[in-house]
Amino acid sequence: MNTAPAKAGWRFRQPSVIPGFGLTLGFSLAYLTLIILIPLSGLVWRSAALGWTDFWAIAVDRRTLNALKISFGTAFLAAAVNVVFGTIVAWVLVRYRFPGRRIADAMVDLPFALPTAVAGIALTTLYAPNGWIGQLLMPLGIKVAYTPLGIVIALVFIGLPFVVRTVQPIMEELDREVEEAAATLGANRFQTITRVLFPGLAPAIVTGFSLAFARGVGEYGSVIFIAGNLPFKSEIAPLLIVIRLEEYNYEAATAIAAIMLALSFVMLLVVNLVQTWSRKRYG
Amino acid sequence: MTNPHFGKLLGALVATSVQFGSLGFAFADTTILNVSYDPTRELYKAYDEAFTAHWKAETGETVTIQQSHGGSGAQARAVIDGLDADVVTLALEGDINAIAAKTKKINPDWRTKFENNSAPYTSTIIFLVRKGNPKDIHDWNDLVKDGVQVITPNPKTSGGARWNYLAAWAYANANDGNDEAKTKEFVGKLYANVPVLDTGARGSTVTFAQKGLGDVLIAWENEAYLALDEFGADNFDIVYPPTSILAEPPVAVVDSNVDAKGTRKVAEAYLSWLYSKEAQTIIAKNHYRPAKPDLVPAEDLAKLPAIKLVTIDDPQFGGWKKAQPYHFGDGGIFDQIYKPAQ
Repeated sequence: MNTAPAKAGWRFRQPSVIPGFGLTLGFSLAYLTLIILIPLSGLVWRSAALGWTDFWAIAVDRRTLNALKISFGTAFLAAAVNVVFGTIVAWVLVRYRFPGRRIADAMVDLPFALPTAVAGIALTTLYAPNGWIGQLLMPLGIKVAYTPLGIVIALVFIGLPFVVRTVQPIMEELDREVEEAAATLGANRFQTITRVLFPGLAPAIVTGFSLAFARGVGEYGSVIFIAGNLPFKSEIAPLLIVIRLEEYNYEAATAIAAIMLALSFVMLLVVNLVQTWSRKRYG
Repeated sequence: MTNPHFGKLLGALVATSVQFGSLGFAFADTTILNVSYDPTRELYKAYDEAFTAHWKAETGETVTIQQSHGGSGAQARAVIDGLDADVVTLALEGDINAIAAKTKKINPDWRTKFENNSAPYTSTIIFLVRKGNPKDIHDWNDLVKDGVQVITPNPKTSGGARWNYLAAWAYANANDGNDEAKTKEFVGKLYANVPVLDTGARGSTVTFAQKGLGDVLIAWENEAYLALDEFGADNFDIVYPPTSILAEPPVAVVDSNVDAKGTRKVAEAYLSWLYSKEAQTIIAKNHYRPAKPDLVPAEDLAKLPAIKLVTIDDPQFGGWKKAQPYHFGDGGIFDQIYKPAQ
């Protein structure tokens, strides 16, 4: 770990071989302000117009709570599924050479590129009771499209590349010799995975999880087609925001958005803290 | 993903995409933008062509008409947030009222500017069922039976869906002698039979026709005929309930936009020509009900049978200004019929 410059304290001008610190810092701050801070503060400002009691009434409304539960719950499940299978996919792509590997590798990015509405419509067509997969699941009593399970499927699709693409580069840097050394020193395969490989990968996996999770919480385009959108059953929080907008109730819409933002922020903060902790522990 | 600037951004995006679409016509004399809702795509495609020819013959000027289609409420918000519309042709009076109230871009007396409350065409709500009508659906009370699955979009997000809801309400209200508790129970039972609430009318059509979900689709009359054309007339039957609602999709000139752009003359002509013989015939051919049926050849009217139609200005609703918040506002009747899952 390279910690030397940080020790130098909080001097504004960092001694660096490459000039331009002031300019790039100024640019970064201006850019972040323009792209992120101004729109988000507008959001908070607009919802603040409601006043605390109204804001709180919206926040604890059963419909809002249910929608938030569905949004965050399905996003969490989907991210968890992606962590397991995304890591396996990344492992296969990094460690094995097989025909079609490059195509498989490129395929991982497709959910990034595909318009989410297309993904939603395609998945709904597949999982609807008369779809290719849906009609196989129907006799088993499993309904996917128009249920929360459908939301999870859509979010798994959307979130997969986030996990694969964050874990993959770290895996590529893993030294095979370390595994060999572990084997020579008497570790069995399971121990090699849990004690040697996993600690190195954990931060990347956690990052992948949080990216996929954050993306899933805000996802609208694909979910709306497969969810069924029934209040209290399969209504996601972003849909509730759109409903409030349709009522020309901008304040309530921004209030729900602000609540989602705050919840996401807290969760990402926790994830970051876990990461710092795991780095300290394993790093 | 949603912040107060989102609507503006969306408006800008729509505006840009519309402008890109028009690059090919950069030499046209005048250009006007008609901001409309989803199911009128086919209607205005035909009408714009006819109007352009009419205007050329009448004045010698070339006019280019740009179309923007989307959900009625979303389109109204785009205009509120600055989309440069010359005319709006939306699904609900309430959406044009919202533009008038929030921006003053449209004069509050817009409904008096054109005939028939500024509604050059009307429509109604009917049923589309599977071929042969296996569940024997003929009237609204067949929709609340056990085992009947009803497909209709979410009235919160779809203008068309509000008409569906109100048509069911009007039926129940007439049948139980104005007993609101019973009417509410009836509508609640109907929505308990709805397995999916799509966000738009077209979405529901696809769910019913393509995904094969449900026994009956509550749909715009024109949307039902379009579904027959699109998905095959041998798969579905159209059923006319004995009573339904008269939907009057209104039109208006966006006053401050046309005055700023100097397009008032052509914009007003564009809307008033909708009442002409030629336009009324195009309207009937596209399965809308013309405001002046006497101008239209009988064979084009034959597909639009007369049924008993209740209007939104009927005392039980009291006009959009009253019905909108009462039924579809936050905590309104529609919100009340959905109970939290225990």
